[in-house]
Amino acid sequence: MGIDRRKFIKASGLAALGLAGLAPVKLFGTEDSTQAVSDSVSSRKEIGKPLEGKRWAMVIDINKCLREENCTACVTACHTAHNIPHFDNSKDEIKWIWKETFHNAFPEQEHEHLKDHLLEKQLPLLCNHCDNPPCVKVCPTEATWKRERDGIVMMDWHRCIGCRYCMAACPYGSRSFNWRDPRPFIDRINPDFPTRTRGVVEKCTLCEERLRIGQLPACVEACKAHAMVFGDLEDPDSEVRALLRENFTIRRKPSLGTHPEIYYIV
Amino acid sequence: MLEKALQGSKQYWGWIAFLFVIILIGTYNYVRQFQEGLYITGMSRDVTWGFYIAQFTFLVGVAASAVMVVLPYYLHNYKAFAKITILGEFLAIASVTMCMLFIFVDMGQPFRILNVFLYPSPHSLMFWDTIVLSGYLLLNVVISHVTLSAERKSIPPPKWIRPVIIISIPWAISIHTVTAFLYSGLAARPFWMTAILAPRFLASAFAAGPALLIILCLILKRISKFDAGDEPIEKLATIVTYAMAINVFFVLMEVFTALYSNIPEHVMHFEYLFFGINGKDFLVPWMWTSEFLAVVSLILLIVPSTRRKKRTLVIACITVFLSLWIDKGLGMVITGFVPNPLGTVTEYSPTLPEVLISIGIYGVGALLVTVLYKIALSVRKQLPV
Repeated sequence: MGIDRRKFIKASGLAALGLAGLAPVKLFGTEDSTQAVSDSVSSRKEIGKPLEGKRWAMVIDINKCLREENCTACVTACHTAHNIPHFDNSKDEIKWIWKETFHNAFPEQEHEHLKDHLLEKQLPLLCNHCDNPPCVKVCPTEATWKRERDGIVMMDWHRCIGCRYCMAACPYGSRSFNWRDPRPFIDRINPDFPTRTRGVVEKCTLCEERLRIGQLPACVEACKAHAMVFGDLEDPDSEVRALLRENFTIRRKPSLGTHPEIYYIV
Repeated sequence: MLEKALQGSKQYWGWIAFLFVIILIGTYNYVRQFQEGLYITGMSRDVTWGFYIAQFTFLVGVAASAVMVVLPYYLHNYKAFAKITILGEFLAIASVTMCMLFIFVDMGQPFRILNVFLYPSPHSLMFWDTIVLSGYLLLNVVISHVTLSAERKSIPPPKWIRPVIIISIPWAISIHTVTAFLYSGLAARPFWMTAILAPRFLASAFAAGPALLIILCLILKRISKFDAGDEPIEKLATIVTYAMAINVFFVLMEVFTALYSNIPEHVMHFEYLFFGINGKDFLVPWMWTSEFLAVVSLILLIVPSTRRKKRTLVIACITVFLSLWIDKGLGMVITGFVPNPLGTVTEYSPTLPEVLISIGIYGVGALLVTVLYKIALSVRKQLPV
């Protein structure tokens, strides 16, 4: 863990340098740079100005997403960037972003005469980074918390005691537990991101480590259909706000009052 | 007083040796789990709590049920419970200890458990559960020690202990209420999110705990000179009868609300519990057994002649205990996760190491009960010569 941590701290330090304007390389600094290089592992070396927002959110256009049949670019990009292991036994599975049928993603919205393309195909699901996250409320050690400055629901893998109460409380199945040591099951370790130990819970952190060096979340960057748009909900001129203004969007299980910040254009 | 536990017959040492064997087997399997991870259990990404947390929940009830002897004896001065009150308190101590062990073995990072105190989080019910459980353990250790020491010296217990005992009464209610709140406050799990969960927990606890106490008293009568007497046993049987009837009534309330309202996410869990979904039906035979045992026990308890006869009363108590153990120690916790919030049915059944670890913890509980009861009986000179 020590080496991973040191590298992590080093990356944060470099990000701070970028903030001070000492690192002039700024390739992916803006939100509309979705066409940028998709090899997330190598792109970590480019240090840009941190992306700053008061309330990060994501809008996913289901129709655009479904046009790319059987595409898993977002899942691969995320799981490569974050050292997600692959287990043969699905019960041990760890996933930060994954694809699921409309029926499973929106059980309350489903009906039998739903458009065929929605019934059959799958769309991406990830942590909703809720405004009112039930997982944070139940954590007995504050190992997971909502970051005040931008609303990201964070995880501290060094503090988590592995009680899995947050997994029981999450209405979206967004959290995974390291039932066993993940390291031998990682295809190719990304040295820029920590690996986890067994016995802790993990989940999507909206690529806060990439935002710090001016990069968009790995899934957004990797999406071939440009179906995923990331931005600041508090900024009225942001692309996410424009999309929310112009389209009818839905969120998962809104009746629970969790206020998910991942929106779906149907 | 501990030296009293170090003398005993061949049978006594044989029993102790047996308990040590199952504790050792449990410990060996726990070391394996600790080294390899919780993947050696049946738990999964979808069913994240299993046998351990279910046993914890069941045993919190057994611990809380001590109040059913403490309250009549101390608050209403019901003298018939004089002999068995200490047995109830000792049972509570053993149960809370088992609860803590079950939580410990369920942790992914057990050595970080002190983080609960280093970063106290009052917004988490688990924080409050830790507090009420450790408080309840402390209360029962202090109360039983002080009262038994006084009895040993044939003097009345000190006056200051009475308010402590009075506090222990609502405290017992609190441990099971807070444990129910762990579940009933989760919007993600419709099966648990019911206001009747805490009352139901208490009702089942006040049936299962005293039923176990009756069985223990009758065993003690056979193997020692201790005789609880007919009146306390009959009174305990009445408590078991009412609590079991109320528990079944509460369960039916839940079933009605879920099935008549017909909200899919509520109905699905009951469907899984009693019929299985898509052929996935691990719990189905267990749950029907539980319901069958509940009916048998209620008949045996409500009919006066079978309740009074020791032989049929024992059967009634065993059926109550088994029925509620299946209901709480298997069905209640697991079904909250099946189907998962996305509607996927992932089944769970405990693995062999998981069961052996659990049996080991029950062994620790049985060892504590044995040693503590031996001390209590030695003080009263009721041991066989």
